[in-house]
Amino acid sequence: MNGHDDIEKADTGSWSLTHKAMKQTLLLLLIATLVLPLIARGQSTISTPPTPAVESEDVPLEGEEIAVLTDAPNVPPPITRKHPTNVKVELEITEVVKRMADGVDYTFWTFGGSVPGKFIRVRQNDVVDFTLKNHPSSKMPHNIDLHAVTGPGGGAKATFTAPGHQTNFSFKALNPGLFIYHCATAPVGMHIANGMYGLILVEPKEGMAKVDKEFYVVQGDFYTSGKYGEPGLQGFNMEKALEENPDYVVFNGAVGSTTGEKALKASVGETVRLYVGNGGPNLVSSFHVIGEIFDRVYQEGGSRFQENVQTTLVPAGGSTICELKLDTNGDFILVDHSIFRAFNKGALAILNADGEGDLMVFSGQKKDEVYLPEGSAIQTIPNDSKSAAVATNLAERITAGQAIYDRNCAACHMPTGTGVPAAFPPLANSDYLNADVDRAIDTVLNGLQGEVTVNGNKFNSVMPTLGLDDESVANVLTYVYSKWENSGKEVTPEQVAKVRAAKK
Amino acid sequence: MKFTVLLLFLLIGVAIAGEIPPDMARAEGGEYVPMFGEISKPRRVAPFLIDRRPVTNSEFLGFVREHPKWRRSNAGKLFVDQGYLSHWAGDLELGETAPPEAPVVRVSWFAARAYLKSQGKRLPREDEWEFAARADATRVDASKDPAYLKRILEWYGKPTPDRLPDVSTMEKDIRGVSGMHGLVWEWVEDFNNQMVTGASRSDSSLDRALFCAGGAVNATNVADYAAFMRYAFRSSLEGNYTTSNLGFRGARDAEPTKPTP
Repeated sequence: MNGHDDIEKADTGSWSLTHKAMKQTLLLLLIATLVLPLIARGQSTISTPPTPAVESEDVPLEGEEIAVLTDAPNVPPPITRKHPTNVKVELEITEVVKRMADGVDYTFWTFGGSVPGKFIRVRQNDVVDFTLKNHPSSKMPHNIDLHAVTGPGGGAKATFTAPGHQTNFSFKALNPGLFIYHCATAPVGMHIANGMYGLILVEPKEGMAKVDKEFYVVQGDFYTSGKYGEPGLQGFNMEKALEENPDYVVFNGAVGSTTGEKALKASVGETVRLYVGNGGPNLVSSFHVIGEIFDRVYQEGGSRFQENVQTTLVPAGGSTICELKLDTNGDFILVDHSIFRAFNKGALAILNADGEGDLMVFSGQKKDEVYLPEGSAIQTIPNDSKSAAVATNLAERITAGQAIYDRNCAACHMPTGTGVPAAFPPLANSDYLNADVDRAIDTVLNGLQGEVTVNGNKFNSVMPTLGLDDESVANVLTYVYSKWENSGKEVTPEQVAKVRAAKK
Repeated sequence: MKFTVLLLFLLIGVAIAGEIPPDMARAEGGEYVPMFGEISKPRRVAPFLIDRRPVTNSEFLGFVREHPKWRRSNAGKLFVDQGYLSHWAGDLELGETAPPEAPVVRVSWFAARAYLKSQGKRLPREDEWEFAARADATRVDASKDPAYLKRILEWYGKPTPDRLPDVSTMEKDIRGVSGMHGLVWEWVEDFNNQMVTGASRSDSSLDRALFCAGGAVNATNVADYAAFMRYAFRSSLEGNYTTSNLGFRGARDAEPTKPTP
């Protein structure tokens, strides 16, 4: 009976257990105090005029069904019933190693086995019976905060689930719209960064317009121990996440998740509705489809729409519904138009429209022939305001030069001559500048095109010719030489004239 | 059986005499600032002894042999959930997924306490566990070192393998304690002390530590994601819960006046 002894001791001797029982009593009391006034309010609204809140008249709750859940890019079928019902949703959390890019794996934490989590579709005023299961192999406890829930935590507290356990709660879908859901277990940022988000659509009780195709696309940013493309199993990098500097920005959980064979497929003449979410954790998406204009955008997944939209913002932890009609054939590319993310971090998916192209809508390329412009390949900036005053000494020359610099040069070379890495060379402490005055004069007079090496860095872009007179060129160069640890040379209008003459 | 009892008395006798048993290491107490609380109010941890390694499957098998009440098919449902020792092949058989020298997992808080009681030990308190877990191979407190945090975080980011490694494979810290990080989660005596409250998160400052942005309110170091996760994990538990990556180790009070590190 040794074991029995232990049990009794464990039971009565446990501070934690009795403490917890006490807390549960408190919780019940709390629920009672919250729920009773609600019931009272519900009764009183019958006799008073209707309130303009979301609680609008609807037919009574009827029947019961199990929600169809789908993986991206698929969307569950539209709801055809005209009444709210009891909907059962069961979602399983798993921590899985999957492909992030070719040769790159990542341990994703998922609602249903992939990123984004399962798409959930219910109707306004449905009562959703929600069960969250945390797979026994999970390392972490998890929960779910559904933005479609009205109530503290959006269900986070009610669904806090240890590995190998399941929890249940229910909510009434009061507001129609497209909502993000996500894990809200500390540290929340990491749970979201590992892929714990998805969309829940609450159809308005009036229903939604019929479309031919519906798709599910969610953007997310990822922070890996290695750089973009570094092969192997990549871990989560907390520092990059804190700095909001992702290695990957992708649609539907992986680079190339929705391209090639896996592209979204529709046909010319069809209407397409995109349910677009943004899990974040950090970045806001400038969602755009290259070559298409959204006929309608339900901004932020709400009830009103804007028409004829090119690019729409999708907040982190938010959504948007985009509708478009395919008027011609071809590949239409979904991007985050913060465009480096699309081409360098993976935020790119393809909507392929098959069928006959409409040449009136879009002709395709008709010609490709040689173009011979007149004059120099380098552009000229017209200069209509010639400087009037003539500098008589070095100080005046520098003062006059500064004004010219600020007008003509600072936009690219920066007000303090630092330039912009990889785009515009520095003028501060510049070996290229100080090595050859005549070359500097020539550059300001005639512009520069092609590769140069400045302070060890290569630059390859175009500097336009500025159309300055000799006096102005002398002044601006003298100013530049006088600043930022440059050689301090004075450039005179005579020197400029000589270079100008030599070039002709 | 007799031998075990004899050994037990010996061990207890040794502990009373102030000696450190070979399977335990001594941690001098001291002040430390826990993850949640006020930085200005560090907590005092008294000296304690802690097991060098988590309890293994074979050790726990020995225990359930002696205490039939705690065998898988006998243990009361109030004290263990359905997952209790479910990775074992049978009541008294370990099998494929439970290597003898791997840490025992799928044990409840009640079961862990019962085991340790039979050994004359107890579960470490949360403060003690956290205090000991700050050590690495060369330092008593490595918790400010980003590399140390990163290593822990990497383990937290990986799913639990089907077959856990042996406890002997883990690196020893400066006290000779191993497996605090990178092997399994571990029960602490007061696991539900910190964050589990019954009330809504809006009306309790303790509970705000749990979810979403509220989690940052009470944390002393918001960048210490590793600690966030340990506290979050513990707060998801109940006393009868078992999970496939949650084990335990023993601890004991130590004589307060021993001037070794």
